[in-house]
Amino acid sequence: MIKLLLALLLSLALFPALAVEPSEMLDDPVLEARARVISKQLRCVVCQNQSIDESNADLARDMRVLVRNRLLAGESNQQVLDYMVSRYGDFVLLNPPFKMSTYALWFGPGVIVALGIFAVAAFFRTKSDSGQAADGPPILVALNHEEQQRLDKIMENDQA
Amino acid sequence: MKRFKYMLPLVGFLIIAGYFAVGLTLDSKTLPSVLINQPVPEFMLAALKGSDRGFSSADLKGQVSIVNIFGSWCYACLIEHPILMRVKEQNLVPIYGIDWNEKTPDDGPAWLKKWGNPYTLVGADPKSVAAIAFGVSGAPETFFIDKKGMIRYKQIGAITIELWKRTLYPLIQELRKQ
Repeated sequence: MIKLLLALLLSLALFPALAVEPSEMLDDPVLEARARVISKQLRCVVCQNQSIDESNADLARDMRVLVRNRLLAGESNQQVLDYMVSRYGDFVLLNPPFKMSTYALWFGPGVIVALGIFAVAAFFRTKSDSGQAADGPPILVALNHEEQQRLDKIMENDQA
Repeated sequence: MKRFKYMLPLVGFLIIAGYFAVGLTLDSKTLPSVLINQPVPEFMLAALKGSDRGFSSADLKGQVSIVNIFGSWCYACLIEHPILMRVKEQNLVPIYGIDWNEKTPDDGPAWLKKWGNPYTLVGADPKSVAAIAFGVSGAPETFFIDKKGMIRYKQIGAITIELWKRTLYPLIQELRKQ
């Protein structure tokens, strides 16, 4: 049973690597490793939510081959990525770059969290100021001195 | 302040509805092209099997032309094919074909023989070198090139009669005047 489970896990672990066919791979292991790093950052433009490293679409395969040919021609990783961006735009990068047009993307979630914290803080502040929420039901707070005396009196009468 | 609070759910709804209205009508397959108003990429394509001449970016210089990416495997290419044939018959504008991603070298020539060849010159691109240089993500895609060899417009998907008459042919006439 454990063997079967392990085999299953192992086969799942193999899937992401399957798209790169042995015939595509470069002989130089250093260049091949760089090609894998670059391929993981490039979007398959046909399937859109896979990298070209994972996708077995024809175009993804051709892009992987192109990446490798450019590395063989002596280009740096950044030059290869720049070429792809010059053809397909920032869209081809799975990690959107940090620049003016993507500020909303990068800062948006933080701004929304900050607004949320501010709203929650404001909500609790109005609550503690008036002893009740602005327009909700009364909130239970500790009894003041007068109320405590009244309660004590009631309790005494009850026991008597 | 109190009134504003009652408005909040409505405001929230409108924001979310706005996102959905844009997101659900947006075609995620049409990617914006960064190549508009950029020079045609340099490429050199081999001839199709049985033909003696492919074509290169140099062939596009000095005239208004169309570059059409197609393949025998591409169903939508067959839909726009009769329109391209008419463009050729009426000699409206030279069309250059990039025969992209064929399984065998025989497929492209066989397809053109069967349906007709609307292209002034055709090159084979089995390894997607030119297709990637043009930022292509599917076929058919058609690029409109001005006299200086700049890409001025990109049509994604099949050309229809309406598109040709209303947008594409007027664009060609406009580019000729420049």
